[in-house]
Order: sequence, then C-alpha cells, then structure tokens
Amino acid sequence: MKKASVIMIIGSLLLLGLFAFPLWNIELGAPQYPDPLGLNIHIDGIRGQNEFDVQNIDGLNHYIGMKVLPKSHEMWEFTWFPRINIAMVSLGVLFGLLGFLGKIKYQWFFGWFILMSILGVLGMYDFNLWMTDYGTNLDPKAILKLQNPDGTPMSYKPPLLGHSKMLNFDAYSYPRMGAYMMFAGMGLTFVAGLIGWKATKKS
Amino acid sequence: MKNIKYSLIALMGIALMISGCGNQNGNGSNKNGALSSNNAEKVYVAPGEYDEFYAFVSGGYSGNITVVGLPSGRLFKEIPVFSQFATSGYGYSEETKPMLNTSFGFVPWDDSHHPDISQTNGELDGRWVFINGNNTPRIARIDLTTFETTEIIEIPNSGGNHSSAFVTENTEYVIAGTRFAVPVPQRDMPINEMKGNFKGAVSFISVDQETGRMGIKFQILMPGFNYDLSHPGRGKSHGWHFLSTYNTEEAHSLMEVNASQNDKDFIAAVNWKKIEEYVNNGGGTMMPANYAHNVYDEHTHMATSTMKKEVLTVDPTEIPGAIYFLPTPKSPHGCDVDPTGEYIIGNGKLSADLTAHSFTKMIDAIENEKFDGEAYGIPILKFEDVLGGTVSSGGLGPLHTEFDDKGNAYTTFFISSEIVKWKVGTFEVIDRKPCYYSVGHLMIPGGNSQKPFGKYVLAMNKITKDRYLPVGPEMEHSAQLYDISGEKMELIYDFPTHGEPHYAAGCPAELLMANSKKIYRLEENKHPYGINNPSEARVERNGKEVHIYMSTIRSHFTPDNIEGIKVGDEVYFHITNHEQDFDVPHGFAMMGQNTSELLIMPGQTKTSIWLPKKVGVWPFYCTDFCSALHQEMQGYVRVSPANSDVELSWSLGED
Repeated sequence: MKKASVIMIIGSLLLLGLFAFPLWNIELGAPQYPDPLGLNIHIDGIRGQNEFDVQNIDGLNHYIGMKVLPKSHEMWEFTWFPRINIAMVSLGVLFGLLGFLGKIKYQWFFGWFILMSILGVLGMYDFNLWMTDYGTNLDPKAILKLQNPDGTPMSYKPPLLGHSKMLNFDAYSYPRMGAYMMFAGMGLTFVAGLIGWKATKKS
Repeated sequence: MKNIKYSLIALMGIALMISGCGNQNGNGSNKNGALSSNNAEKVYVAPGEYDEFYAFVSGGYSGNITVVGLPSGRLFKEIPVFSQFATSGYGYSEETKPMLNTSFGFVPWDDSHHPDISQTNGELDGRWVFINGNNTPRIARIDLTTFETTEIIEIPNSGGNHSSAFVTENTEYVIAGTRFAVPVPQRDMPINEMKGNFKGAVSFISVDQETGRMGIKFQILMPGFNYDLSHPGRGKSHGWHFLSTYNTEEAHSLMEVNASQNDKDFIAAVNWKKIEEYVNNGGGTMMPANYAHNVYDEHTHMATSTMKKEVLTVDPTEIPGAIYFLPTPKSPHGCDVDPTGEYIIGNGKLSADLTAHSFTKMIDAIENEKFDGEAYGIPILKFEDVLGGTVSSGGLGPLHTEFDDKGNAYTTFFISSEIVKWKVGTFEVIDRKPCYYSVGHLMIPGGNSQKPFGKYVLAMNKITKDRYLPVGPEMEHSAQLYDISGEKMELIYDFPTHGEPHYAAGCPAELLMANSKKIYRLEENKHPYGINNPSEARVERNGKEVHIYMSTIRSHFTPDNIEGIKVGDEVYFHITNHEQDFDVPHGFAMMGQNTSELLIMPGQTKTSIWLPKKVGVWPFYCTDFCSALHQEMQGYVRVSPANSDVELSWSLGED
C-alpha cells in the first residue's frame, strides 16, 4: 500500500503541469499563412501560439462575425478550473499521504480517479459547448455570410479533436503537454488504485 | 525540385525542336544550345524558394538602393535614401522630411553611388549598409533589420563625395573622400587661381558599434587633386586607406584634356591609425563648419535633424609618415585592395594595363626612404619600388576590380566592354567575357571584404540598347550575372535595374534573413502623436492647427467622419497602424493634398500635413490593398468656410 500511495502522490502532482503548459492547441493554416495561426488553451486563459496570433485571429474572424476571443476574466472557467485543479491535486496528495499512513484504503484512490474523470469529461463538454457557441453564434451584421449547400448557415466551430477544413483553412485541434501530463497523472492514480487493490488482496 | 528540373529540360527540348524546325536553312550553330538550358537552371529560383544572396544595388541618380536577389535578379524592395519616395511617403511625411535636411536646406535628391556592408574582422556582419550621396556630400546608414535609412550625415568642406562610402575592417570608420577639390573653407575667389589654393577633404566618420551612430572624427585636408575611388587596407594593410586621384595637374577647365596630361597620377596611401593617434592626442584644428546630422529613431518613428557647427581638420604635413603618394599610370579610377591586403590595384582608365602596388614593397620603400620628390609636403614613392605587378590584359579602359575566394581578380573594362579574370600574384589573364554594354562597376558578394563568396559576379552596365524590348529613348540600365564558380566565366542572366546601378554590395541571404523585422511593436511606439488603441482616436484644435489622431486596422479608419475643419487650417493626420501582422501596411491619401500618400507599417505612426483650400466634403482612403473590404476603407472630412462655427467633431460607426 505504501508503493501505491507514493504513485498516487506523484500522479496527483502531475496535474500541476496544467499550470505550466497548454492544455490544448488549435491551429489554423492556409496557403496565405505559411506560418499557421494558433491558439494555446491554458487552464487560465487563451494565448496565441505566436505573440500576435490572438489579435490576428480576431482580425480574420470579424469578417464572418465571430466574437473576439475571450480574455481570462471574461469566462468563469478560467477562474474556476485552476481552483478545481488545485483542489484535486491537494485531495490526491492528501489521499496518498493518508494511504501511506494506513488511514484509508485503495478505494479512495479509485474514488479520486472517478471524480477526476467526471470533471474531465464535464470540462471537455463545456469546452465543446463554448466552441460551438463561438463558431455558430455569429454577428447578424457579419460582413461575410456563408451557407452550407443545404442553405443552413456555415459553422466555424473548430474540431474538438483532429482536423477539419473550414473554407481555405485547415483547422487542427490536439492536446498539448499540459493535457498529456494530466492524462499520465490520472493513469498513475488508477495504477495506484490497482496496486493498492492487489496489495490488499495478498494480505 | 527534381520534377521542376525535368520539366524545364523538357521545355528546353521542345524549344530546341521548334527553333530547329525554323532554322532548317541555318548554319547549324544554335545559340540556344545545351549550355543555355543549363544557365536557365542556374538562375531559376522556384516559387516559394529563396535566393542565395541579397544584393544592394545603388540607384545612382535615383538616389536610392534596390534590394535584389541573386541569382534570380528579382527586385525585393526599393529603399529610399537621398530622394523623396512617393511610394512610402519618405521625404514627404513630417517624420522623414528631416532626413533630407542639409546646410543648403531641404535637398530631396542625390546621386547614390557606392554601398558597403559593415564588417567585423574583415568579414561582412550584416548590421548596416553605408552609401554616399555624391552631389550634396552626404553619407547614409541603412539598418539591415528594417532595411530603412536611419541616418544621414552631411560632409562639410567636400564637393562631389565620390571616393565613398567604404568601411574599414571592423567598421571603425566610414571613409568619405571628396571628388572635387574646393576652397576650404568655401570663399569667393577666382577659379583660375585654384592651383595650390583648393583642398581635397578626406573625412573619417566614426561608427558607434552598438547603435551605428556616425560622427565625423576628423578630416584630412589633402592637396587639391580629385579623389576618385578608395578602399581600406585589410589584413596586413589594415590601418591604411588608399585613394586614387586624378587631375594632379590641378587644371580647372577642359578637364578631359587638361587633367589627362600627366602620365601618372597618384594613389594616396593614408595611415589612418597614425592620424587617429595624433587626433586622440589633441592634434588637429577645430574649424567652423555647418553640416546636418539626421537621425531616424525607430521607436518614435521620427527623424531629427541637428546642425553641427565645427569639424576637426588635419593638415597632413604636420604628421610625417602618415601619408605617401604611389605614382599610378594614366588617371587611375578604381582603387581596390585584394582580400589579403597585399595588393592595391590601380586601374588607369586611359590605359590597357592594370597596376598592382605591393603593400610589402611600399612599407619597405618607406622604411628605406626611397622617395621621388614630394607633392605639397607629401613624399612620393618611386613607382618601380612599389610596383607589385602589371596585368597586361589587351583590354581597354580598366575601371574596377573585385576578388573571389580562390585568389582571382575580376576587372571591368569600360572601353572594350568586358570582364577580365586574372590571377592575383602572377598577374596572368585567365579568362575574359564581353559585357552588354559598357560595364562600370562589378560586384562579387563579399568581394569587398577578406571573405568573398566567389560564386557570382554582377556586372553593372551603362548602356542597355538592344538588350530588351525598346521602350523609347530612355531605358533602365542592365545588370549581368556571370557564374564564376568554374575556371571560365559564364554569362548566365541579365536583368534591368532601376536608376543607374552604380555599384552594389552583396552578402549571403542567411546573414540577414533571421534578423529582418516583420513588424514594429506597438508597445514600443513612442511617437508623440501615436495612439496605443483605436479608442484613443481623437481630433484636437490648437488655433489654426488641427491634429487628427487616427487609427487604421483592417478595414477601417478611426475616426472616418471628421467635421469642423476650416479653410486655412493646418491639418495634421497622425496615423497609427494598429496591425501587428507581417506585411499588413495601410495607406492614407487625402484628395487634393499637396504631398504624397503615406504607407504606414504595422505598429508605426506617420504624419501627413494637409492645407484645406476649398469648402466641401473631401474623401480620404487607404492606398494599400489591405483586405477584402479594402475598398470600403475610406472616410470624409468636411471643410467649412474660415469663419464658420461648425463644431469640431469626429465619429465612427454612427448613423
């Protein structure tokens, strides 16, 4: 159980990577942008992949009536996600310590993993909702009003994961280092639960 | 790339078949043979690919520099230096007008001749290009991060600033020698009394190694000959500077005859380190002078012009051992130093031969005092004692020499219109190729340094007729590109250039590409009338002066409607481009304005003055096609009578 607890602590601490590295990246490339424009989604805000990308993406988007990209204080997520993350890290480390001291059992580790997974899925759901709103809730006075072949207004929602073609732009959406560290950390907490479970079965 | 080569070869094949068919009765010699298809590949730079070299080609009487790629010959940019330039508003905008200030007032033109790239340890370092204004003597510095002219200093006591602008091995100095001898200081005197009374000023302009800022450290008041071209010593001869002279006869009329009487003129060898030491120890005489020093600040986006009031002059006779004359046959024009610094090549423009002086022999002759008299107190060395060798070429009218990295020299011959390749040291002729037509200078990238990149030579010709489709009596000059990577030179391309391509400087593209700025950062914009945000846009009246703080961003001006301007006002449009995206300038043009448009780079502020003369509603618009809605990027100014009481107001997006 001591080994499991140490892994639990390491796993939880890996979530701190979200404060240092971007969680997600959306990149927009086109022939006239040989250096693609890109957005890095951090846990506390959106930053350009290059220094002026946010301004330049906003400049492009205004033709099709998209809102300007939100500043950190304009979305509750960017205030609350860091707090939730800190809480989950603290909770994970606490569980690990308590497990190390033999105060709690491995089920708590699984419990933490399930809670984190639910929060993660909710986070992705929320992110997707925001992108849908951003890509479809367009200014009625937009300069360019484009329609799909069936007559419905064109959506500019970037893909949640993977590639999609929007007009002459190729949009790519993929996790980045922060997310990989979170996934690895969550994996480790699950492993911690498994090891704890095996250790309990043996004894 | 492979595909392109194959398709090119295929195209050439087809072209050959077609021309072959048409020439069935020809003599069989085909000018478009295999060699020329080879040449097409050598100069072909595929779409999206970059040239290997930058070339900075002086525009001569256009007063500017063009930036050209080699080997493609593609024109990338025209950099205005000494001339007003309507394309960008240089010399028209309030910020850049001070760049063209001189002691004669606003001089919006000059004759730009010899660009030279800054050096460190005798190698090109890509920091700056210096170039001379020949007519109203000036030296300009172009910053190679922005490719803009950022400083111009006027040279007093000079006339015809021709033997300029050449930099020493570590860019310690930019040397500016006068072409015409003139009275120093200028005064009213009979021209036919010039002999012995005129002087030839050679100015040493120090360069601040951090900022590039120039200042005249001292001027040597040489005898009143004409100083034609010059080059700094390098390597072993570092610390010396060499200047060719003509008119040692000191004639003042019908010069083509009277200045060509002496069999030999001189190359002046100046030990500037010795003079620098003399000056640093308090030597020299401060003389009243009046000359402009104009500096452009990249952060305020403004130039300021300061009038300097004195200059330190040096009488060469007061520093024995600092200057010697090397007799050089037949009115030498070019004065070039090989990369090792051993040979000083003097090209007698009225002869067939080149004279190469040996630096080692010169030092030896000086130490052994092998003098052949003196001129105005300056010792003349014996010709035979300093001669390193002669190139007996068979050409006529040698002008300029550049060097490759394999110990060869290339000399242009104006009269026989050719380039002659010869071996430095043995002085044997290796190859010669004709130029079309009448070649002046030539340029090998780095050929003016200790480390030439001897792949191409660019010949800059004076006469273009017959080369391109005729365009009336006036046409652009032609430049020709030779491949010099082999033993024999090969003419591989020619292309028109702008103005008079007098001389050029070249360097590998990689030396400059990474440092080239893409935008000006808004947060560093310190222009007194700049605004950081479109929300700060406003109009202020101060008596007759109206200052409009305007913002541009795709695709609108803020504000776009302005009222309350009156006939007789002085309206200043201060326009800040709020884009921070590479290559998104906005333009500004006001109907009826008596100046040019502005072209404002991202993050930059520029000011244009407008004096409204007629009542009405007058449009302005963006001149640079900036976006799909570029055509909508426009606005109106309402001009009311001088005595009107229409309130000053401005707006954007209001009905």
